[in-house]
Amino acid sequence: MSKEELVILDCWVSPFCMRVKIALSEKGLEYEARAEDLFGGKSDLLLNSNPIYKKVPVFLHNAKPLCESTIIVNYIDETWSSPPLLPPCSYGRAQARFWADFIDKKVFDAGGNIWRSKGEAPVEAKREFIEILKQLEEALGDKDFFSGDTFGFVDIIAIPLTSWFYAIEKLGNFKVEDECPIFSAWMKRCLKRESVAKVLPDPEKVYEFVIMFRKMQGIE
Amino acid sequence: MEDEVVLLDLWASPFAIRVKIALEEKGIKYECKQEDLFNKSHLLLEMNPIHKKIPVLIHNGKPISESLIIVQYIDQVWNHKSPLLPSDPYQRSQALFWADYIDKKIYGIGRRIWMGKEDQEEAKEELIQTFKTIERELGDKLYFGGESIGYVDVALVPFTSWFYTYETCANCGIEAACPKLIAWAKRCKENESVSKALTDPLEIYGYLLQLKKRLELQ
Repeated sequence: MSKEELVILDCWVSPFCMRVKIALSEKGLEYEARAEDLFGGKSDLLLNSNPIYKKVPVFLHNAKPLCESTIIVNYIDETWSSPPLLPPCSYGRAQARFWADFIDKKVFDAGGNIWRSKGEAPVEAKREFIEILKQLEEALGDKDFFSGDTFGFVDIIAIPLTSWFYAIEKLGNFKVEDECPIFSAWMKRCLKRESVAKVLPDPEKVYEFVIMFRKMQGIE
Repeated sequence: MEDEVVLLDLWASPFAIRVKIALEEKGIKYECKQEDLFNKSHLLLEMNPIHKKIPVLIHNGKPISESLIIVQYIDQVWNHKSPLLPSDPYQRSQALFWADYIDKKIYGIGRRIWMGKEDQEEAKEELIQTFKTIERELGDKLYFGGESIGYVDVALVPFTSWFYTYETCANCGIEAACPKLIAWAKRCKENESVSKALTDPLEIYGYLLQLKKRLELQ
């Protein structure tokens, strides 16, 4: 069998790119990560592979492009079946997709309402962010991971977003661990996995990036 | 044991219509329960506590929410006929991408048109561009699904009942700008699953005028 060519058009700080890298790592797959300069100028390959959104991540499987991180992770799971990331039964899969969709719709934007705010972060933004994490805590219940005993799809969709939490906590002046201890425990559990630990950036570096981005946007 | 399938529904919702088309395609018998979005039932709040929205499919007592997730579920569980998603993972990822694109764009942009505020003109331009992009993806295929209706067709076709509203509110010129899409819409209606489920465009227009009034009062 000829070697597969797996490429990700990447940005180190993007939680969406991290999802794809974690999924590939969980499957034991080797890939090339090509860093995109999202401020300086996107590559022709990126613009041609993702003409609709022009965003990272783009996953190229033998030069065929796939876009949108959740869809890419789903594709990786379907193409390389071991170990499975989604539960085996249809209902379990529907629940996993529901929570992935909830995370996609809510977490990054709610965090953004805190780190993008000028001056002190609005109380409402912090309340909303915590509320979302509490809803995820309810979904976790007393399970180790979202679908049960094993690290899977929803964990992969959620954990990269937590690399931005240090920045959000500093700018919002609160701690996730104090407000959401169950979620915090889940985060620590995920960070023990090699696939997560080697992909997630140093939270201090993310914080520096957010500060720089705020200056660029004239928020500081 | 026979399956018990219940749909928490709102007759005008394009999202609920997606589910109805999918159930019809698979020949599934189901019970439809109408919701009032300004007075939601205990059942809806219990079955979808996170979003409190329709549609919700309740299959043997277990709820599934979010229309595209429901359609995927239906396609997987009742896989004996009318496959909606392709079997090839790459083709499937493309179908998921385009349905997601439709979800990100159509309802939100359309809302800015029928709410008729200052951003209506801008929304009109965006809507036409979005439809043109979708039309390019259709290309010369009969359906997005190829020879028969598929996942993307199911995701998009309910919104065709809203074209009359978009035209009447803002004179969008969809037919002139996107003739292939209009032809596709007509073709879709030749399928019984679609024609049974689709709402009447005039009734939708009336509904949206009422909804706009209620929203403005809030």
